[in-house]
Amino acid sequence: MNWNNVIQGFVFLATVILLAKPLGTYMARVYEGKPTGLHVVLGPVERWIYRLSGIYPETGMSWKGYAVAMMLFNGIGIAVVYAFQRLQAYLPLNPMSMQGVAPDLAFNTAISFATNTNWQSYGGETTLSYLTQMVGLTMQNFVSAASGMAVLVALIRGFIQKKAETIGNFWVDLVRTTLYILLPLSMILAIFLVSQGVVQTFKPYEKVTLLQPVMDSNGASVQEQVLALGPAASQIAIKQLGTNGGGFFNVNSSHPFENPTPVSNFLEVIAIILIPAALCYTFGYMVRDKRQGWALLAVMLIIFVPCLWSCISFEQQGNPLLSSLGINQKATAFQPGGNMEGKEARFGIANSAIWAVTTTAVSNGSVNSMHDSYMPLGGLIPLWFMQLGEVVFGGAGSGLYGMIAFAIIAVFIAGLMIGRTPEYLGKKIEAFEMKMASLMILIPPALVLIGTAVAVILPQAKASIFNPGPHGFSEVLYAFSSAANNNGSAFGGLSANTLFYNIALALAMFFARYWLAIPILAVAGSLSRKKIVPVSQGTLPTHTPLFIIFLVVVVLIVGALTFFPALVLGPIVEHFMLHHR
Amino acid sequence: MKKSKKAKSLFNLSIIGPAIIDSFKKLDPRHQIKNPVMFVVLVGSILTTGLYFQALSGNGEAPAGSILTISLWLWFTLIFANFAEAMAEGRGKAQAESLRRTRRDTLAKKLYSPSYGSSYEKVSATTLRKGDVVLVEAGDIIPMDGEVTEGVASVDESAITGESAPVIRESGGDRNAVTGGTRVLSDWLLVRISSNPGETFLDHMIAMVEGAKRQKTPNEIALSILLAVFTIIFLLATVTLLPFSVYSVISAGHGAPVTVTVLVALLVCLIPTTIGGLLPAIGIAGMDRMVQANVVATSGRAVEAAGDVDVLLLDKTGTITLGNRQAVALMPNQGVNIKSLADAAQLASLSDETPEGRSIVVLAKKKYGIRERHIHELDAKFIPFTAQTRMSGVDLGNGRQIRKGSAEAIEDYVRKFGGSFPEDLKSNIETISKNGGTPLVVAEQKQVLGVVQLKDIVKGGIRERFAELRRMGIKTVMITGDNPLTAAAIAAEAGMDDFLAQATPETKLKLIREMQSGGRLVAMTGDGTNDAPALAQADVAVAMNTGTQAAKEAGNMVDLDSNPTKLIEIVKIGKQLLMTRGSLTTFSIANDVSKYFAIIPAAFIGTYPSLKALNIMHLATPASAVLSAVIFNALIIIFLIPLALRGVPYKPMTANRFLRNNLLVYGVGGIVAPFVGIKLIDMILAVLRLV
Repeated sequence: MNWNNVIQGFVFLATVILLAKPLGTYMARVYEGKPTGLHVVLGPVERWIYRLSGIYPETGMSWKGYAVAMMLFNGIGIAVVYAFQRLQAYLPLNPMSMQGVAPDLAFNTAISFATNTNWQSYGGETTLSYLTQMVGLTMQNFVSAASGMAVLVALIRGFIQKKAETIGNFWVDLVRTTLYILLPLSMILAIFLVSQGVVQTFKPYEKVTLLQPVMDSNGASVQEQVLALGPAASQIAIKQLGTNGGGFFNVNSSHPFENPTPVSNFLEVIAIILIPAALCYTFGYMVRDKRQGWALLAVMLIIFVPCLWSCISFEQQGNPLLSSLGINQKATAFQPGGNMEGKEARFGIANSAIWAVTTTAVSNGSVNSMHDSYMPLGGLIPLWFMQLGEVVFGGAGSGLYGMIAFAIIAVFIAGLMIGRTPEYLGKKIEAFEMKMASLMILIPPALVLIGTAVAVILPQAKASIFNPGPHGFSEVLYAFSSAANNNGSAFGGLSANTLFYNIALALAMFFARYWLAIPILAVAGSLSRKKIVPVSQGTLPTHTPLFIIFLVVVVLIVGALTFFPALVLGPIVEHFMLHHR
Repeated sequence: MKKSKKAKSLFNLSIIGPAIIDSFKKLDPRHQIKNPVMFVVLVGSILTTGLYFQALSGNGEAPAGSILTISLWLWFTLIFANFAEAMAEGRGKAQAESLRRTRRDTLAKKLYSPSYGSSYEKVSATTLRKGDVVLVEAGDIIPMDGEVTEGVASVDESAITGESAPVIRESGGDRNAVTGGTRVLSDWLLVRISSNPGETFLDHMIAMVEGAKRQKTPNEIALSILLAVFTIIFLLATVTLLPFSVYSVISAGHGAPVTVTVLVALLVCLIPTTIGGLLPAIGIAGMDRMVQANVVATSGRAVEAAGDVDVLLLDKTGTITLGNRQAVALMPNQGVNIKSLADAAQLASLSDETPEGRSIVVLAKKKYGIRERHIHELDAKFIPFTAQTRMSGVDLGNGRQIRKGSAEAIEDYVRKFGGSFPEDLKSNIETISKNGGTPLVVAEQKQVLGVVQLKDIVKGGIRERFAELRRMGIKTVMITGDNPLTAAAIAAEAGMDDFLAQATPETKLKLIREMQSGGRLVAMTGDGTNDAPALAQADVAVAMNTGTQAAKEAGNMVDLDSNPTKLIEIVKIGKQLLMTRGSLTTFSIANDVSKYFAIIPAAFIGTYPSLKALNIMHLATPASAVLSAVIFNALIIIFLIPLALRGVPYKPMTANRFLRNNLLVYGVGGIVAPFVGIKLIDMILAVLRLV
């Protein structure tokens, strides 16, 4: 037992659970339009925005109207980000004179940021101007998260309302999320990050003299290094909070200017999981049964904690190939031990593994270590978390609505098993809800499996695979699992900035996001119209340990059964090959 | 449909034979396409058969023999599933057959004009049309469903209900409906035919049990969607294995890509064939169980809804209380000694074998010390109750005539002798009525002696049944015409949750609507025409077979036994239907875990030898591993047919405990069972050297 790992994990989880209730309550009050402390200041701003945009906040939308508004808004977002990238050479705030981004890459990036995926086929400091990063990408970081949370709130209304035709107003949900939740939290976090040394400047990149000159591959001595700078802190705060994950710099949060210290690391990893965890509480608060919220949070934690611990353990065990060479991989006071390849010395095993598991369980995708270098089973866990459909915490809003879709399926099966047409939170689950919930469990796996199958067969796609064998397969599987579940993290080792990958992954991200969000809105509409069935002794309680375990099993079985064969041919066989040679 | 036939065994040879033939007939793709899961199996079977012939011609992907074994077992999987469906249908057909036998082509006496005494012609029953009026006399079979327009008669309905005691049918009121195929035992009836040939109740029953009109119920549709999605997911998971395998072989440099045969085998094992194959059988068997409980449902939807009911509206009389009331007190007329009233009441009841009559004898003996006498000693003649007189009593040898009956009947009686009905007794009678009792007036010729107060007696054991319902989460509401005070007393005594007193058709309807708008599903029973609006509004409406045609048409089920407590059984059958589906779905999906561990290492061990670590069952060879999984998958359908037909046992308990129990059996059991089963089959295959 490595006590450092235990304590690190415990402090992290305890902080998350402690923060879930106050933030969850605050968000629920925001969505219910109840006064919060911030209304004094932000209330007038909110009303001013409505007046300026011609929004009538009291007018509800049907689910179709809500979906159209969301799609329009997201469509415009995609177009704007695409335009910024293509035209950045002619726009201000471009001190490093970045050229326009290639069309396929710009297309990929635009969809990536609108869908809250933040898959990055580009390196930020070598591709994008400050304006594109700040106004294009950071803006999307806010509103893509807000879109996901808006859809969730609409779904929650479906459970609360009786015989209602509308599910709320998309514009109001969007404005409130951004104004009251995301902006204040981001401001606080950005200031803390700056205090830790995260850069925030419009100055061009700086040349510095190396303390220790190095030789380049041609044998020439290198004396100087260019340090990329930029308005990073403001973007990183929302990148973590909004479950976006798109780094300002290419190496994301392993970059010392993005994540300089263990303190900044702790704040950032908490920020990744904060909103998805707290939304569970918001859900319970809004449906007037807090146990329901805690139950879903418990489901997520029951899956999360053992996986987190396994990942830490696999990484701490180290690489058997290195052990056989006599290399000491034991943790001591002077070395973290374990498999440190691809990990930052300042984070060690625990903080790298906590981040890797959290960033994939949550649909964030930022990294502070290179997942490609993890042990096969250590890397399987982040991969599998994405394949579970990003429902264990998942994206801001989208994770919880995915989990609710799973709950609908679990309730359906459980309801049948006790001889009752199933109901969840008093709403009868019928054929229509099942159809929509089924799409939730069908579309992401379909995109992952089909995408991977094409990519390992098509010659121009295969050319991107650098590592042959099972590891190369894992890399491709990881890329599609990441895109088709809107995570955005990369295994690496795959040259993804190609026409095939840019287009294929962009399509995967697009369908995975909207083909799930729209069915969820349809469910919200259908549930809204239903009556609420009063609770009786025959009602299956959905907050009991039994139901929690059952839902855990449903999520795991669906995830495991879908991807077991693929995982066997990737990380699992790699593990056996490593240990049984 | 006699009750003695109910306990027929599941596997009856006369059913199995035709069922085997039917299971081959059902291989027709047009039949299979209705069930997407099994359709995939059909496509897989055809595909592997094609691969077998390809292998025979010399350029197959694997030895022809091994492809053939897998292909054959895939066909078996289909046939076993068809067999389950055919078995369920066969049981229904057998029932329909026994129903049909009751319908002989009878001759009907069709009247020229619809009144008794009019001349008639004898015609075949099949030529009768709606609106015709026929005469049915003692010994005749009632040719078609209809309404009695004139006459009173006792009818033997055992052909339909299995109940041998004859029932009274009479014009007007709530007992005017007669069913084709039943026999008049005494007296005569004029019957207005209410349905055309082919539309009768019997036809409907036959169609129902044969499953001819079976449509998928909403719940079945929702489940089918889920099963279809699982099928698509597994289809993707297996189809993409081919490119994954090709890539792996190229990069590993050895082994051969997975064969299509193995992929098809994996696919068939993974898709939920167990539930997919048994789903139609479960639905048909549910209807069948209803019929065995002597309930005819107009649709599968109604059966399912029965499982969901939250509120039961039950009529007090006959359901909660004994239809027969018991004597509890005597109130003499002014100037009449209470002892002589007791004496007269007892005399009038000596030969009255009804519970009311007997209770009067007992009351007189216990409370007033009147010795019980034998009617023969008294040289007395018992005057039975008739529908016409509405009185019963006794004529003693010494000329005394004692009668007891309703106030109106007795009033007529005493008036015949020149007597009159005392006014002050009328107020007594009113008081009794107000308190929910029934007054029975006793008179001797022109002298009214007094009143016997009859009171409702709550049925024995009913309290426990309601407690059972409460545990199932079902609320019970008593419907009664009584005043609220009496109703409350009886409801409390019976342990009901609520009551509706002084119920009228309007208040019943209103109550149902209120409950429904509160999100509840309401079930009720009814027999009278005045129940029809409420029956039509209720989600589950069980009409009594003794009830009027209007009531039967408004309801979505008919209870042939006319037993109002049958609702409880109906609810259980509805729940069983859903539970069987849910449990087998869970079982089916849980099975997949072991099948992966059997097939995946077998499929890829050639490419990656280190995958032998995943062969945790230590199956003999890759070929036997695949085959064992396929065989298990086919055989489990056969093993589960009895469960599908009988249904998962239901006991009332809280939802949470129920879920826990069923998850342990079908979830955990579903994970463990195939590990054992596949290993056993593999061992047998190894011993027999079949692979």
